[in-house]
Amino acid sequence: MSTRHSSRRAAAISGLNLAAGLVIVAIMLVPLYWAVVTSLKTLQQSYAIPSTLVPPTPTLSAYSEVLHTQGGALLTSLIIAVGSTLLSLLIAVPAAHALANFRFRVTGLITLVLLVTQTIPGIVLGISFFKIFAEIHLLNSYPGLIIADSTYCVPFDILVIRAFMISLPHELLEAAYVDGATLLGSLVRIVLPLSRPAILAAALFSFLFSWGDFLFALTLNTSGNVIPMSLSIYQYLGEYTSQWPELMAAAIFAAIPSAILLVLVQRGIRGGIATAGLKG
Amino acid sequence: MPGTTSGAVTVRRGQPRRQPPSPGGGHGVWLRTITRGKQWMFLLPAIVYLLALFVYPIAYNLLLSVRQSSVIGLLQNTASFVGITNYRVAVTNPALPGVIAHTAIFMAGSLVVQFGVGFLLAVFFSQRFPLSGLLRSLILIPWLLPGVVTGLILRLMFDPNSGMINQVLSDVGLIHSPIEWLTDTHLALPVVVLANIWIGIPFNMLLLHGGLQDIPKELYEAARVDGAGRLRTFRSITVPVMRPVIAVVLVLGFIYTLKAFDIVIILTGGGPINATQLLSTWTYTLSFTNLDFGQGAAVGTIMMLISLVCALAYVRSYRGELRR
Repeated sequence: MSTRHSSRRAAAISGLNLAAGLVIVAIMLVPLYWAVVTSLKTLQQSYAIPSTLVPPTPTLSAYSEVLHTQGGALLTSLIIAVGSTLLSLLIAVPAAHALANFRFRVTGLITLVLLVTQTIPGIVLGISFFKIFAEIHLLNSYPGLIIADSTYCVPFDILVIRAFMISLPHELLEAAYVDGATLLGSLVRIVLPLSRPAILAAALFSFLFSWGDFLFALTLNTSGNVIPMSLSIYQYLGEYTSQWPELMAAAIFAAIPSAILLVLVQRGIRGGIATAGLKG
Repeated sequence: MPGTTSGAVTVRRGQPRRQPPSPGGGHGVWLRTITRGKQWMFLLPAIVYLLALFVYPIAYNLLLSVRQSSVIGLLQNTASFVGITNYRVAVTNPALPGVIAHTAIFMAGSLVVQFGVGFLLAVFFSQRFPLSGLLRSLILIPWLLPGVVTGLILRLMFDPNSGMINQVLSDVGLIHSPIEWLTDTHLALPVVVLANIWIGIPFNMLLLHGGLQDIPKELYEAARVDGAGRLRTFRSITVPVMRPVIAVVLVLGFIYTLKAFDIVIILTGGGPINATQLLSTWTYTLSFTNLDFGQGAAVGTIMMLISLVCALAYVRSYRGELRR
């Protein structure tokens, strides 16, 4: 009798928790809901009073308009994000491997430097990059933005991947060396396949950072030759302040990589990111 | 793979299996030096990268900050050394007290609320109930979105005409004319703080939730056996065990809040009349709007020093976390 009572009590509590959880999520995501609703409205409907919490005549015209006007910027962002992710991994993976599996006297110092880089305000780098890139003709260029965007990714990637590599059993590497594997061979054939979760996590975050970067896009642009999504939206906002349906459609396009990442996080790569990012 | 054979083959031939396993081990000084050199090649690109893209730009920034800040001088690269003049001018700039006050309010408001709410949510989502995992992931969305997108979405929320807040307020008859949230000098800063909190809560919740998961369940069992209530358990077990995680969360929060740039530029651009001008946006404005790079670099350096002090605290708490 008492067990049935307590299990009913437990069910009631978890039902209450579920209700509270739904309310919390609803409050946190109201702005997103409004963004989607607005993107499906016409311009007149977007500022009509009394307001409509559901689009009266849902239309995708804002989306097609944005694809037309911002498609190029989306492509630019994609190129920069892919480039920056690859560049970051190319530098970070061997370094992470070295810091995890070889013994250097400077390992501690380098790890410290990597941590400190994460605290440097982007605008400080932005100003210096602007002056330096102007001298070596990297302003308004894909390589310039790819390099600039990779700056915060490289240290982050090294820390995340190294933390994971340290936890791998060292005996595998030793056995490989005994069997005559080279340093590079053992990295490619043994460490890389085993480290795939951490490398994937690092790659996703690098992609997301570079895709969303606004500061470097803004500071390293003078001519308008290379305009990624973030900067394009900002300029659009400056020109057409209250074209909200189109602005929201653009925002939603720009949010696609985040949505993909969220699905992956939900599938469990979270463990790698949260703890590796925290514990290095 | 080019150039991989010689060393490897020697290792295999010359060495019985029981020997020390690192490549080149026991093969004399030469082979060891070569191996050492090869090992360094893995690290070298990263070191060169850090020197070129962090150390050099920071040194460059310091140089900019002690040179004459006129545009022409900088364009011709003939700017002369002026010592601490740029710093003196920055410190006596009439805008500075406001900028510092806004930055302090922005940071304190963001940190307190995002940590408090983040902790509550972390505790809440540590309970088992249906869909808790899914709901927790959904809360991460604001943090995962690009800064420009977050800024844009919140700018719409607070838009006088198309914003949900004004529309709902006027629907229920609370207001009769639109509130100008982002162009009112008194309202703009609180709104910007709120926007930053919206991004900060998920981040705080994520890390704190992770920390809570790591607390051994036996501790709670023992507390329950000893008859400790919920509040007592929280105070005597959760908080002390979580201290290193809390330190990391607060320090990271400090650093990220000081850096905050995108959402402020999108929401207000630092306005109206500098009402939301923060150190980060002011650095940008000085350099790229006023084209006074010396001034910008000076303020940037001050920001960097604040960050660095915090970075040391970060490293200390990080070490603590590692030792745990």
